[in-house]
Amino acid sequence: MTTSSRVATFFGNVGDWISDRLEPVGAVARKRPVKIPLIIVGVLLVYALPIVNPPLITTPNSDFPNVLFTVTVYAIVAVGLNIVTGYAGLLDLGYVGFYATGAYVVGLLTAYHAAWPFLLVLPVAMLVTLVTGVLLGAPTLRVRGDYLAIVTMGFGELIRITIRNTEWLGGTAGIKAIPSPQSIGAPDGLFQIPHLHWEGLNPLIDLDRSTKFLVFGVLDATPYFWLALTALIIVILIERLVKNSRVGRMWEATREDEDAAEIMGVPTFKFKLLAFASGAFIGGLAGALFAAKSGYINPISFPANLSILFVAAVVIGGSGNRWGAIIGAVIVAYLPERFRELEDWRLLFFGAALVIIVSFRPQGLFPAYNSRRARRAARQAARDAREEAPVV
Amino acid sequence: MDFSFLFNNFIELTVTGLVLGSVYALIALGYTLVYGVLQLINFAHADVFMWGTFAVAWVFILTGANGSGTLLQALPYLLLALVVSASVSGGLAMLVERVAYRRLVRKRALSYIILISAIGASFVLSETMGIRDRIVEAIDGAVNAILGIFGGHVDLVGILSDYTARARGITTLPMTIKPETILTIGNFNFRNTDLTIILAALIMMVALDQFIRRTRLGREIRAVAQDPEAAALMGSNSTSVISKTFLIGGIMAGVAAVLYQIKVGSTAFDIGVVLGIKAFTAAVLGGIGNLRGALLGGLLLGITENYGSALFGTQWKDVVAFALLVLILLVRPTGLLGQTLGRARA
Repeated sequence: MTTSSRVATFFGNVGDWISDRLEPVGAVARKRPVKIPLIIVGVLLVYALPIVNPPLITTPNSDFPNVLFTVTVYAIVAVGLNIVTGYAGLLDLGYVGFYATGAYVVGLLTAYHAAWPFLLVLPVAMLVTLVTGVLLGAPTLRVRGDYLAIVTMGFGELIRITIRNTEWLGGTAGIKAIPSPQSIGAPDGLFQIPHLHWEGLNPLIDLDRSTKFLVFGVLDATPYFWLALTALIIVILIERLVKNSRVGRMWEATREDEDAAEIMGVPTFKFKLLAFASGAFIGGLAGALFAAKSGYINPISFPANLSILFVAAVVIGGSGNRWGAIIGAVIVAYLPERFRELEDWRLLFFGAALVIIVSFRPQGLFPAYNSRRARRAARQAARDAREEAPVV
Repeated sequence: MDFSFLFNNFIELTVTGLVLGSVYALIALGYTLVYGVLQLINFAHADVFMWGTFAVAWVFILTGANGSGTLLQALPYLLLALVVSASVSGGLAMLVERVAYRRLVRKRALSYIILISAIGASFVLSETMGIRDRIVEAIDGAVNAILGIFGGHVDLVGILSDYTARARGITTLPMTIKPETILTIGNFNFRNTDLTIILAALIMMVALDQFIRRTRLGREIRAVAQDPEAAALMGSNSTSVISKTFLIGGIMAGVAAVLYQIKVGSTAFDIGVVLGIKAFTAAVLGGIGNLRGALLGGLLLGITENYGSALFGTQWKDVVAFALLVLILLVRPTGLLGQTLGRARA
């Protein structure tokens, strides 16, 4: 093969890949024309949440837009971790390490060592986290099962300890004064949107609280929520395409039976590494958003418990099902804020919920949607078992 | 890289490393035993150990032990603490097996599902300790609500305040034994605390090893580790054997808790995370499922960690263990001795 033909093949492959990716979108539009407007309306409603401030849902004891932001960041984390744990079947107990990496790259490049604008740092942060994922994954993904869980947990701690002990990374004091992203139409924004305020069930327009479009300030978390939600939607769209592609099927095969997949010609190690790196990439995005919003990060913000909380979100929601994972993240991030008085009991309840849910529903609340192939295989296996069963 | 410090204090670092390693080894036994019979990582084991350290702490608070005694004066306190912490840890280990494992093992669930259930159990154990002040307040409220009907009142919060102080912080204790030099070789002094810990750990290890080799229950444990079906056909009740295996691991963790208190003298609700990873590393290092491997792995890890912190500084101490774990898993996944419990010679 000459170089030129290689290049041609490569571009041909890229073209095929893109058209393959776009195919399902067209199929949805052809099959269910009603669905798309519905989805758009639903998404707009979610965007409007902090403005509408709906009763019962809103958090009386803490700033509602702020809570929404946290929930969205957790949802991004859950989508990323779901790729690693749900699709590829790699239990990662050190995911907070990637979250921390993304946050710290933003901290270092916007405040500590340089003063780059946030939107320039964001892709850099994601790429650095991706590289971290590859570096950590390459030696360890040959290890299987439970061992991998412990090793990744070690890595999460390793990243935290390294940050804590390195002055160049901020040390124990952390990084302060991380600037907000660039505002549009500062200082008062392009226009202002007043929030609603509810007296019982009557909405009143709350003129004291209005969101300046789009000013990333310290007081109002709403623009950050919009930013995070936009990021989440983009992540979900891309993740869907990958999941429904050959890559997603390779992950499924690797998860179900690694040896069989290897024999059928799936380069399992490569695809495990790809899953790990994709997960890291998304974790870096979540961490970067967190750093930009909070303006201050230190090693204590990234304890090993947070990794477990992330895994808990994915498992409670339903490992291998993106919507399940997102709902799990919402549960994990939202409930403790809604019921502030239970703050101290949160982790205890999580532990108990994990044990109970896993005992009674090992698949989580919203089990993964099995592909038709998998369901057919399961039915076939059941039939075979019945036929082979001894006649008593 | 501070080589001179390492060379000048080589013997001392080795001995303190052995002390640490003895504690690691005793905790590692719990991982190894359970892995031997179930091929699962008992994630909650480190938290069982953490409860043991608190049991010791509370016994000392209750009996008013102070740290000025010699080894002989402290011995009754230590023995009482040993009995209590071994019962607490052993009981909790059995409870963890009953609640987090039994049902799933019977269902033949995937190992990572069981691991998550164990993580849940580990959280429950550590958090219960971490918010013990809140729990006591809640119980106090409930009890007084009931007593209030009859006009009674009890101040549980006040009574238990010594035990619930600094729930999310560090509980420090008086040292039970006053560390003093009892043996001098060359220019190095051996302290009584260090020698006590190493000796006690070795005695426990040998006792357990002999127990597994010579007793009926030991034989049953080995049989279940080798081939559960065959063991069941030969009339051993694998459910109860597994439960007893957890109990033995828990008892060892209870012993480790007493030794840990002699050495460290403080504890906190979240010590399980790092200690768990380390003890597990020790078990893997020697060969998981292998009792003697746990001893070897624990001692090696303790020494390596000490040399590592002498070279790079103590703040990197924990990193040494992780690095070692990854190295072992890559180079020799079955550990140094690499036998399993089932294949141990009778």
